[in-house]
Amino acid sequence: MEALLGRCVASWYPGATGVINAIRLSGGASQETWSFDIEHPGGNVGAILRRAPQGYGAAPARAAGLNAEAILMQRAYDAGVPSPRVLHVLQPDEGLGTGFIMERVEGETIPRKILRDQEFAQVRPKLARQLGSVLAGIHGLELSTLPELRRMTAAKEIAELERDYRSFDWPRPVFELALRWLRDRDPGPSAEITLVHGDFRHGNLIIGLDGLRAVLDWELAHFGDPMEDLGWVCVNSWRFGHIDKPVGGFGSREELFAGYEAAGRSVDPDRVMFWEVMGTLRWGVMCCGMMQRFRIGPEHSVERAMIGRRSSETEIDLLRLLSPRKNVRL
Amino acid sequence: MQDEPTPEELIKAVADFLRNDIAPQISGHHAFKLRVSINALELVVRQIKLQQGSEAAEAARLSKILGVEASLRELNRVLAERIAKGEVDLQTPDVAEHLWQTTMDKLAVDQPNYASYRRELGDKK
Repeated sequence: MEALLGRCVASWYPGATGVINAIRLSGGASQETWSFDIEHPGGNVGAILRRAPQGYGAAPARAAGLNAEAILMQRAYDAGVPSPRVLHVLQPDEGLGTGFIMERVEGETIPRKILRDQEFAQVRPKLARQLGSVLAGIHGLELSTLPELRRMTAAKEIAELERDYRSFDWPRPVFELALRWLRDRDPGPSAEITLVHGDFRHGNLIIGLDGLRAVLDWELAHFGDPMEDLGWVCVNSWRFGHIDKPVGGFGSREELFAGYEAAGRSVDPDRVMFWEVMGTLRWGVMCCGMMQRFRIGPEHSVERAMIGRRSSETEIDLLRLLSPRKNVRL
Repeated sequence: MQDEPTPEELIKAVADFLRNDIAPQISGHHAFKLRVSINALELVVRQIKLQQGSEAAEAARLSKILGVEASLRELNRVLAERIAKGEVDLQTPDVAEHLWQTTMDKLAVDQPNYASYRRELGDKK
């Protein structure tokens, strides 16, 4: 791997003498993430490779595709959104598959550390507002400069969730209730269609002592209702126990909205709440999908199996949203 | 009749061994996987303990709400269908209470430390 990367890097990074410390970070069979260092007489440079190995060309239907991801990250970076700089898009003759290489941004993505560690105590109170401002930056990107992405509406999203849920053939009355609720309250297509990140939450946000340093994983980016991103980041599953702080367990909706509006965009709180319910159901359906992959996949991963058992967490959260009990604080 | 120890006791003994004797010797990704594995064993213990009682009560509630006698899965399928068609909703007598109770029973097995569940149990946290 280091030899392949070394040859690749030498072709576009002047002065690079090799590649060291290549380690695989994560990913399934169809997509990999590698961390490595580019050796250079002027100082080594940390880099990340995101790629689909050769023979794994087909991305899942929801995915924007790695080439689109690279362009989106570069546009975001150019517009001042905290984002890793894209260094290189893989070429077919390099033998690395499809994908791209970006700068490695130092910081933390593990929610429990960000929410509990003393070193982030000064940062936490500022994050919700900053996230609002960064989302405004993402939603402000000029669509004509972006690659063509899936166009999503609430109605399409509901239909996809329902299709996925029905394919599991396992009755879940609470999910049915949520599907009905969403259909009955679908606010219709957004008046303004923007770029939507699609997975803006803990794990995809690198946090440093100076705040949000990079937005990662643009795989689920699409065009649609900008309020979707604001709702998704408030889903209880991303609060990691700090349930009274709706934004990632560190801040309030008001702070998120204030940051968004200070950047010159407006918030529709009802739509945000609608998308929060949608997002809660979506994560529940994704948990069921993990269980499905555990059962039919070759890996037999106990982690995936156990994520399947987290779908009930979204059921209690849906009930708290749709049928709150008297005398219990939300 | 199968002899003792019970499955519950056996699984708990394995989980205790892994947690107390093996986990301290493991690091990195395998330590994470081991923790998840121990969690899985503990979930199974909770399910063995709680499933029979909670599912009997769930089936009794569903039969009353739906006016149907059937297996638990079939009853849930009927309820799901009626909700999908709009024949049953949160205003239907006993439905909200039933869904709450059923969901609380699931969390008691799946994730008894989940913050929303603790809140609904009345824990001040």
